[in-house]
Amino acid sequence: MEKQEYTITLYTENSIGMIGRISGIFSRRKINIESLNTSPSEVENIHRFTILITESEEVVRKLCRQIEKQVEVLKAYYNTDEELIWQEQALYKVPTDIIAEKAPVERLLREYGASAVVIRNDYTVFETAGHREEIDKLTAELTKYRLIEFVRGARIAIIKDSAGFHSKLKQFEREEPAPEVVENEFLDQGDNVFTM
Amino acid sequence: MSTLEKMEVKLEEQTAEQTTLSGSQAVLEALIHEGVDTIFGYPGGAIMPIYDALYDYNEKLTHILVRHEQGGIHAAQGYARTSGRVGVAFATSGPGATNLVTGLADAMIDSNPIVCVTGQVFASLLGTDAFQETDIINITTPVTKWNYQVTDATEIPSVLAKAFHIAQTGRPGPVLIDITKSAQLQLFEYEGYTKCDHIRSYRPKPIVRQEYIAQAAELINQAKKPFVIFGQGIILGRAEQDLKNFIEKGGFPAATTVMGLSALETNHPQHVGMLGMHGNYAPNVMTNECDVLIAIGMRFDDRVTGRLDKYAKQAKVVHLDIDPAEIDKNVKATVPVWGDCKETLPLLTELLQENDHSAWLAQFRELEKEEIKEVIHNELNPTSDVMTMGEVVRVLNELSGGDAIIVTDVGQHQMVACRYAQFNNSKSNVTSGGLGTMGFGLPAAIGAWYGAPHRDVVAIIGDGGIQMTIQELGTIMQFGAKVKILILNNEFLGMVRQWQQLFHDKRYSFVNITSPDFVAVAKGYYIEGNKISERKDLQTAVKTMLDHDGAYLLEVMVGKENNVFPMVAQGTSVSEIRLK
Repeated sequence: MEKQEYTITLYTENSIGMIGRISGIFSRRKINIESLNTSPSEVENIHRFTILITESEEVVRKLCRQIEKQVEVLKAYYNTDEELIWQEQALYKVPTDIIAEKAPVERLLREYGASAVVIRNDYTVFETAGHREEIDKLTAELTKYRLIEFVRGARIAIIKDSAGFHSKLKQFEREEPAPEVVENEFLDQGDNVFTM
Repeated sequence: MSTLEKMEVKLEEQTAEQTTLSGSQAVLEALIHEGVDTIFGYPGGAIMPIYDALYDYNEKLTHILVRHEQGGIHAAQGYARTSGRVGVAFATSGPGATNLVTGLADAMIDSNPIVCVTGQVFASLLGTDAFQETDIINITTPVTKWNYQVTDATEIPSVLAKAFHIAQTGRPGPVLIDITKSAQLQLFEYEGYTKCDHIRSYRPKPIVRQEYIAQAAELINQAKKPFVIFGQGIILGRAEQDLKNFIEKGGFPAATTVMGLSALETNHPQHVGMLGMHGNYAPNVMTNECDVLIAIGMRFDDRVTGRLDKYAKQAKVVHLDIDPAEIDKNVKATVPVWGDCKETLPLLTELLQENDHSAWLAQFRELEKEEIKEVIHNELNPTSDVMTMGEVVRVLNELSGGDAIIVTDVGQHQMVACRYAQFNNSKSNVTSGGLGTMGFGLPAAIGAWYGAPHRDVVAIIGDGGIQMTIQELGTIMQFGAKVKILILNNEFLGMVRQWQQLFHDKRYSFVNITSPDFVAVAKGYYIEGNKISERKDLQTAVKTMLDHDGAYLLEVMVGKENNVFPMVAQGTSVSEIRLK
């Protein structure tokens, strides 16, 4: 099976050591995590992990089942890029004199929708958000203009359509025949996220 | 009532509702509430408050002082395997805790319900490289079902309740609770112990879906050559009778994995033997002949499947398992039946048509005859001068009648014991299956005896493995577990030697192991023993061992370069199993 980018979305309890537990599942199989983001989720006290890896679907499915075996993990989903709205954020530190003097830089920043966060005499910090390729392109361009410092955040992603996900799950029904167990207060609220 | 009297009443009420306990006392209260009667452990600096509290709980909790923490956890495993209950091990921080790791890994891969309590340095010292501090939570994360560090004593009752719930529900596994010395000493208002029966993020078993039961039944009812393979899931699910009902109604031949041994009595007419690398000829060959393979509570380990891309490709696979991650992990299931086999097997049996597959079963028996002729007969009734491991097991079967608990270590003797030992009752086979831990046998046998003290416990161990944990003879000496130790000595690390002979041009590299005088060592521990090297003494020697009221060590010298056959060589298909 062909490898491609998959975004794994986990809902977990907010307990100490979760990152280690989750990352161990990847590293023991010698799978590289390309990016990992943890954040609160729409539900209080439930954490959301967004993990980006490049693997075949079979591997990703097996990984998700192993992840779900962790006591503190509520649910693991995996999606292709097409099924997601996703964003990465980046910060750039560029010498201020360059921006002032070089017209192309200003054009570049406009083109990529970058906005200034801090402006000082010696440098200016810009931020932008978008898909990986756009950020990579801007980084490459700015490198030509004495880019001082660059950092990119992990991918964050929203699953496009829960109704769409309903039908997607049915495809897997045969392989994942167990229905969701309505076993927690959040499920009882009928929240789409957990009943998908 | 005077004000003073009122105050006194109020005070009394308070003490009735709330008791002040230390964290250590709360740990022991939790164990008692969970029905624990035996703890295998070893004290040390960071767990001293718990041992201090234990001093007052001596009547309710039996503590067995092992000689090494690895021995402690293997004993807890043996206890869990023969009793069907949670095994408990205590160890101190640092080296005490790290010595548990092998046992945790073993318990994890073989799904043993274990709760380990380790001491940890004072919370204020965490992360300072304090004396005997190790990050045991991170070390044990991949080899535990769950672990947790307690720094506040008020958490102890609920955390231990969670630990016991997780260890024994769903697919069982080991849990480690690391408690800082400060939390052990901390006094708090104890509000009683409530058992845990629910954790929202933890789903011990999937809900059974009737439509998949129906699909599985349809597939099985249409099968011309159905074949049941079962594993330890039957024992863990207490579904031995359900398995029997299932195979008897359907008339299926049934084979076991190493871990499933004793779930179905060996002499059941439909029991066709053991699967795997050194399993029986018929079940291995027929795996690639059957049309529907019904796998119950087993996980298609590579030692069972051999070469995966040539494994049961012709068959439709019905896989019953409690752990969703096992479905499709190694072998693709045509119909996955998720759930506890205690629930799914009766539902499936209900939908079965009564059937008779005696002609198909007879094909297994034909192949079995071939194996008897080529391998088994010579192994059990050798004509050579030297004794074989198989004949020792045969004599043991004859004298114990198949009622003994057989504990094995790892290696040739293990495979021979698993192949030939007779089991009449469930929970009678204790062995390190998944991890293959040499040194498991002796301590596990001690625990096995405490788990079933009224049964005969025979530990069959090689001359290599016994030397890995031989210090546990001291535990037997001090606490009197009536364990029979049967050393099969071939003066080699036999299994490695066999591989070197077969696959490495007989270049014997560091497999020649010398042994001490085991009988003298036993004697040093005040344990009776005997050593034999001639066939004429075998019967009497085994009988003396079994009849002896107390622990006993019998060393039997067996053929040095005997091999275990049949064998599915690594990288070959189960149907390419070699008889010699």
